[in-house]
Amino acid sequence: MFFQTDQLQHLLDNLQAKGYACIAPQVRHETIIYDEITSVVQLPQGINDQQQPGSYSLSANNGSKYFDWANGPQAIKPLLFAPTEMLWSSTRNADGNISFSAVEKSEKKLAIIGARACDIAALKIHDLHFLQQQFVDPYYQARRENLLIIAVNCSHPADTCFCYSTGDGPFVKDGGDIVLTELQHGFLIAAQTEQGENVLSKLVLQESTAEQCAESERIKSNASKQNRQLPKLDVKSRLFDELDSETWHTIAEKCLSCGNCTSVCPTCFCHSENEVPELDGKSSSHYREWDSCFGQGHSYIHGITIRNGTSLRYRQWLTHKFSSWIDQYGRSGCVGCGRCITWCPVAIDVTESVAQIVEAP
Amino acid sequence: MNKPKIAVHKFSSCDGCQLAIINLGESLLILSQLVEITHFAEAGALDENATVDIAIIEGSVSTSEDVTRLQKIRDNSSYLMTVGACATSGGIQALRNMAKTSQWIADIYANPAVIDSLDNSTPIKNHVKVDLELWGCPISQRQLLMAIRALLFGVMPVEEHDKVCMECKRQQTVCVMVTKNEACMGPVTRTGCGALCPRVGRDCYGCYGPAENVNTQAMANRLEGLGLIKDEVARRFLFINSGAEQLHQQVQRWET
Repeated sequence: MFFQTDQLQHLLDNLQAKGYACIAPQVRHETIIYDEITSVVQLPQGINDQQQPGSYSLSANNGSKYFDWANGPQAIKPLLFAPTEMLWSSTRNADGNISFSAVEKSEKKLAIIGARACDIAALKIHDLHFLQQQFVDPYYQARRENLLIIAVNCSHPADTCFCYSTGDGPFVKDGGDIVLTELQHGFLIAAQTEQGENVLSKLVLQESTAEQCAESERIKSNASKQNRQLPKLDVKSRLFDELDSETWHTIAEKCLSCGNCTSVCPTCFCHSENEVPELDGKSSSHYREWDSCFGQGHSYIHGITIRNGTSLRYRQWLTHKFSSWIDQYGRSGCVGCGRCITWCPVAIDVTESVAQIVEAP
Repeated sequence: MNKPKIAVHKFSSCDGCQLAIINLGESLLILSQLVEITHFAEAGALDENATVDIAIIEGSVSTSEDVTRLQKIRDNSSYLMTVGACATSGGIQALRNMAKTSQWIADIYANPAVIDSLDNSTPIKNHVKVDLELWGCPISQRQLLMAIRALLFGVMPVEEHDKVCMECKRQQTVCVMVTKNEACMGPVTRTGCGALCPRVGRDCYGCYGPAENVNTQAMANRLEGLGLIKDEVARRFLFINSGAEQLHQQVQRWET
């Protein structure tokens, strides 16, 4: 189906009438971030992103498109897996016992507009991790059940994108509620879930023409031409074969071990937990926050830091992401979004690192 | 039960960390009910030689009198924690470690003989055993209270030594180095401040000192890549914590 660009505001209005806060891309702090909007004028219209290893900038192209860019530093991950959140609190009673209180579950309905194929591939991995294991994460679950996803197919991959080679993009296969393709004069729109159908039924839509479908195919074909790719070898076993490779040390000479890559990675889910007591010692709050395998605490066990240097930490990240992840979740943990490349302060390129290690003779 | 005793001592410093304690507001009232503050000259309590459970030390050692006074404090306390850049790395005044002290004293003062100044400004750990170091210029009130609370519970305080980058990302602060080519020291700097500077769009200047597992060499190379000339690269590592070894290495490498 097709709708004119001027109908986009109706989509926002309908969602808000249904009680959703619309979380959508907007230009802020020299990048594109996702935050609440009420009007389409807040969207990044006529904006391109230029991404290179260690560098991100925006420019105006005077066009009318709203989604003419690849991605920003985050999308869905922080909405569901909060960077910092209280899990429970405890109070010491007069009798000396401790009582625990649960944190109220989030009931806020969010509609995210503009999630990309890579973001949705990552979301599926997080669903598997947080919801479909032996223990369900109730904090993630509450927010996930209240999330509606309006995905947008990519038209302009960044220089750092490689979703075509991971098989996750540039177009959304499934996993969104609604998927949009932005054409020159409107949007193709399709529902992927019943919830999505419900939203669609409230919009004024037209049958899409053969010409519009052909335009969409051209966009897909162009967006699939990406500058980066992963090696076509058996990366999983090759990385494990090369645990002693000198390359880990070469990369570690450049790596700052700062954790920017894991924080912007849409699939990294490591966290640490800590107790924050009140000064009077009578009550305490238990928090979890994003952690990184690049930090010391990640491998600290009983007085010993298992991975006490950067080469071991980088190796842990890469072998988990591309190798042991497959044993855990049935696929690689990399969705090809390229964020770890762009947001690395020293411009380390993960596709280059993998290639250097697995293509070693 | 007697309340645990705390003393706050000052060495060479600007008093900013002591002010951070005085400015604790309501928390200071709660703290004063939990502990007895025996010595804290800036706040009025004077008993420098009292035996205490926790000695909190601000400032660096920069005179010969400092050395003997510090030793006495160590002898009189069970647990000793340093607060702030001066006490922990030597502070801004450690910049003088690179100059010839006797020479500039002779150049400036009419009667140099009355000036008691050691050649170097040095951190407390160079002179006595330090049990905990809280970095920052000034320290974070949150970190100080967390440390005291932990000690009152009878457990070891948790040391925060992640890079500022982690704190930026947890707060969804956009990287100023990647978007604006700012010479941000976040990737080698210890968190604790809550990413105060990047949060307002400017570069971290490293007032919390080096984080754990820092790669200052790669950091310096990157700064040069951003267009800084050699002297500018060196200066990024000077400023507040020039006495910290990992930072000083880069000063020596880049200074022209």
